Amino acid sequence: MKLLIAFVAGLLMSLGMAISKMIDPQKVLSFLDITGNWDPSLALVMASALAVYSIGFYFVMKKPAPLFEKTFYLPTHQQIDRPLLVGAALFGIGWGMVGYCPGPAISAISSLSSGTLGFIATMIIGWFIAKSVKLPQRNKP
Amino acid sequence: MENFTPISALIGGGLIGLGTLLLMAGIGRIAGISGISSALLFQAGDKGWRLAFVLGIIAGPLLAGALIADFSYSTPSLNLHTLIAGLLVGLGTAWGSGCTSGHGICGIGRFSARSIIATLAFMLAGVLVASLFN
Repeated sequence: MKLLIAFVAGLLMSLGMAISKMIDPQKVLSFLDITGNWDPSLALVMASALAVYSIGFYFVMKKPAPLFEKTFYLPTHQQIDRPLLVGAALFGIGWGMVGYCPGPAISAISSLSSGTLGFIATMIIGWFIAKSVKLPQRNKP
Repeated sequence: MENFTPISALIGGGLIGLGTLLLMAGIGRIAGISGISSALLFQAGDKGWRLAFVLGIIAGPLLAGALIADFSYSTPSLNLHTLIAGLLVGLGTAWGSGCTSGHGICGIGRFSARSIIATLAFMLAGVLVASLFN
């Protein structure tokens, strides 16, 4: 049952990216590039997803546990630290260069496009490097 | 703004919200695509649900292609620019603990200060790079 829930959750998210065209990096770039013919669609996708998730999350948290697990796995890390800021900035730069964040890139695997597969390959290398090399939390005194 | 597609954006966003909510309500997990995919590859244990989730992500466009008559989407060209972007997205989502789904939807949806700051940072960087260099 856990596997089915995870599969359907991924499928719904991916279907949402496909229907809203966020799977298409040109569509994403037409939002991120505010100098040209600006397309606000991405903001509306985020707003719609956030409305559903934040209201739903409020009610889900009133339950003692998820339906098919013993506990909720919520992040405990609270600090706004350097890895968070440097990481988010690097991610944004890569996102603005091509228009791919991880979700749309992975969902487009079945296109077998060499650009998509190449992007995913170097993204995985990035994950591997970042797992081995940790950014320091703050400057040494 | 003639490319603005508000109806499909609202419907698609709603489906993304439902998917992320289902993962939390069903098995108590944050639906961060970068975190789940990288943990599937580089973290021992809990592979089953992560693999099922990624397979669902991959199956989405196939289902969309079956449901929507003229479904098509562009993909980037394979060149150094694309490969460097992929590397930056990999490094950044791992060091920054999340991407558009994990921080932008799940994190902001539960009012996490870290996720709100991270989303502002990657949005700002993305807008700057896309606007200045396209």
